[in-house]
Amino acid sequence: METVVGDLMATELRLGLPGTVDDMKATPPSTPRGKKRTTAADPVDDSAAAADEATKQRDAEAAPPAAKAPVVGWPPVRSYRKSCFQSSSSKPRSKPATKEEAAPISSTAAAPSPAANATAGGSFVKVSMDGAPYLRKVDLRMYKGYRELREALEAMFVSSNNGANLSEFAVTYEDKDGDLMLVGDVPFEMFTSTCKKLRIMKRSEATGLGSARQ
Amino acid sequence: MTYFPEEVVEHIFSFLPLHSDRNTVSLVCRVWYEVERLSRRAVFVGNCYAVRPERLVQRFPNVRTLTVKGKPHFADFNLVPPDWGGYAGPWIDAAARSCMGLEELRMKRMVVLDENLELLARSFPRFKALVLISCEGFSTDGLAAIASHCKLLRELDLQENDVDDHGPRWLSCFPDSCTSLVSLNFACIKGEVNPGALERLVARSPNLRSLRLNRSVSVDTLSKILVRTPNLEDLGTGNLTDESESYLRLSSALEKCKMLRSLSGFWDASPICVPFIYPLCHHLTGLNLSYTPTLDYSDLTKMISRCVKLQRLWVLDCISDKGLQVVASSCKDLQELRVFPSDFYVAGYSVVTEEGLVAISSGCPKLSSLLYFCHQMTNEALITVAKNCPNFIRFRLCILEPKKPDAITNQPLDEGFGAIVRECKGLRRLSISGLLTDKVFMDIGKYGKQLEMLSIAFAGDSDKGMMHVMNGCKNLRKLEIRDSPFSDVALLGNVAKYETMRSLWMSGCNVTLKGCQVLATKMPMLNVEIMNELDESSEMEENHGDPSRVDKLYVYRTTAGARNDAPDFVKIL
Repeated sequence: METVVGDLMATELRLGLPGTVDDMKATPPSTPRGKKRTTAADPVDDSAAAADEATKQRDAEAAPPAAKAPVVGWPPVRSYRKSCFQSSSSKPRSKPATKEEAAPISSTAAAPSPAANATAGGSFVKVSMDGAPYLRKVDLRMYKGYRELREALEAMFVSSNNGANLSEFAVTYEDKDGDLMLVGDVPFEMFTSTCKKLRIMKRSEATGLGSARQ
Repeated sequence: MTYFPEEVVEHIFSFLPLHSDRNTVSLVCRVWYEVERLSRRAVFVGNCYAVRPERLVQRFPNVRTLTVKGKPHFADFNLVPPDWGGYAGPWIDAAARSCMGLEELRMKRMVVLDENLELLARSFPRFKALVLISCEGFSTDGLAAIASHCKLLRELDLQENDVDDHGPRWLSCFPDSCTSLVSLNFACIKGEVNPGALERLVARSPNLRSLRLNRSVSVDTLSKILVRTPNLEDLGTGNLTDESESYLRLSSALEKCKMLRSLSGFWDASPICVPFIYPLCHHLTGLNLSYTPTLDYSDLTKMISRCVKLQRLWVLDCISDKGLQVVASSCKDLQELRVFPSDFYVAGYSVVTEEGLVAISSGCPKLSSLLYFCHQMTNEALITVAKNCPNFIRFRLCILEPKKPDAITNQPLDEGFGAIVRECKGLRRLSISGLLTDKVFMDIGKYGKQLEMLSIAFAGDSDKGMMHVMNGCKNLRKLEIRDSPFSDVALLGNVAKYETMRSLWMSGCNVTLKGCQVLATKMPMLNVEIMNELDESSEMEENHGDPSRVDKLYVYRTTAGARNDAPDFVKIL
């Protein structure tokens, strides 16, 4: 199967020897994805892909994972503590803040909250963000279009990200075929029916779109 | 001993403080078993699925204090899927039928429903104390039931629970006749409480010694309350965001509390509040500033440098290494230190490093309990710490980046942790992190003879690592492992050991379904629970990943057999 990985890598302009990739992040150890590892070795562009694979292995052996991809349950900090911080990063005044935060706190506080995990109809997809400690879930049916989805993602992640803007990030998704796609190319209806997982990645990492892995 | 009347035997048993001792004497003979069980006042259940509630209450009908723990520890970090279990209902139901004298109930990591709290409130006429830690499933309506019906309530202690907020009504449910409160902690309640109701409740509770408020309580309300509680020993403030005039009132109220030894809360504390706390500092033995990212290194050190009697300190890492040096030079009696991360991103920058820890260890020789989150560590630092503080009972080090080596030598941290287990002969709890090979496990197995709980993450090279621990740590009760290369070989290497342990958790390791089945067959007194993630992407995974690989494994000894409340994603072999 042709992958996006090899194609984009082969045509990308960059400094450095062909086939070498700077900024490669080794796989976070907690998510061994057999399929993703072999993706780069698919015979699309042998030299680039093979050197890619070699670089990844070298990086994985030599350096510990930079772990920018979120690892579930790491660092080992209680959800209660994390949720307290999310509310304290907004207004200091507790009186007006409490009511607004009551809702987000109960949805961000630990997995236990049943509402956050109700998967009616299976349209909930996981959303991960580079650098965030844990993932969220969104119901794609709740949004009428890309703009509403973007706003929701911004509200969910960016507020806890020290005021960074969603424009510094690329919103990508994994479709039914397992390919990593940029959000926004296809009509929203088509997107919601094919999207399996969302991933918000730093723009700097999104240049070679396939260099992102799971 | 059989010549003594039973009352004498019972009296002798009353001098045995430890559960383990009472368990032992009950095995001597039938008479002793009977005397012991009928006179047992406190029962501790470390794993709610290890024994059937009905069986327990039948054996100990006169129990007054019941402690039950539910989910495994890693549930705190979202590694246990929701709806896994740990229901309080069956325990409260069973106690309601058989233990009329129940006075205290303590639960940790359990699912408690409002209807359970309602039953609790109505079933035990002498009920005095409810302590819930890291529980979920209930709302403030359940608390209202407790407040309304427990006429003799002394203690309502809610620590870090996930409570649904249904409004402030619950606090007003304490009747006017309720004057027995000694301890009230509602810091984890998210919503507002009625300040007037709170003040009136405090005013009619002359025995109040411990009060922990939530974020909604203002400085003004706190000042009014403190005027009523001159004997308060432990205080958790509300938010400290007001204008300076309010602090003057607070300051004069605090001055009256000469017995105050422990402070926490400090929600959204503005630096203005710091000087008003100074008069208290000299007497404080406990200080928790770990929920206060709004105070920086200089505010924190101004406060802490005055706390010369401090024994327990919880802070955020914004205190920095410099701040920890101030702690080391000021707090010579320090026994417990916890430094939490203020930034949960793994690839952050180092505010707190090995230097802070070394400073603490050389300034605070009484240090026995440590939880330390940092971005880097070195073997040299750990070796120094081990020499300076041989009295560690609990040592938990979390280097935020998984598998990070020694920051200077780039070597694994085997040597450093090895020194800790070697020097600290009384070590009971250990959490390791950073880059670690099988070597560290050799040391843990060799020297960790008192070790009861071990937490491992992203560590080890081979099955030998886990085997060293299983074979060497004679007192091991709880072993929890994530994302380490241990397989069925290690799992099955010493199956008899599991009977001596409370539980084993393994997630993200290399155990397979086959291995777990073998374990379950060989050891029928264990429940072997496996959980595999059933998410959308798992369809894609199964073709390429190893379908027999077990995502999450939880093994525990039990006399209760397989539980009947397990959800679909849990398979009990």
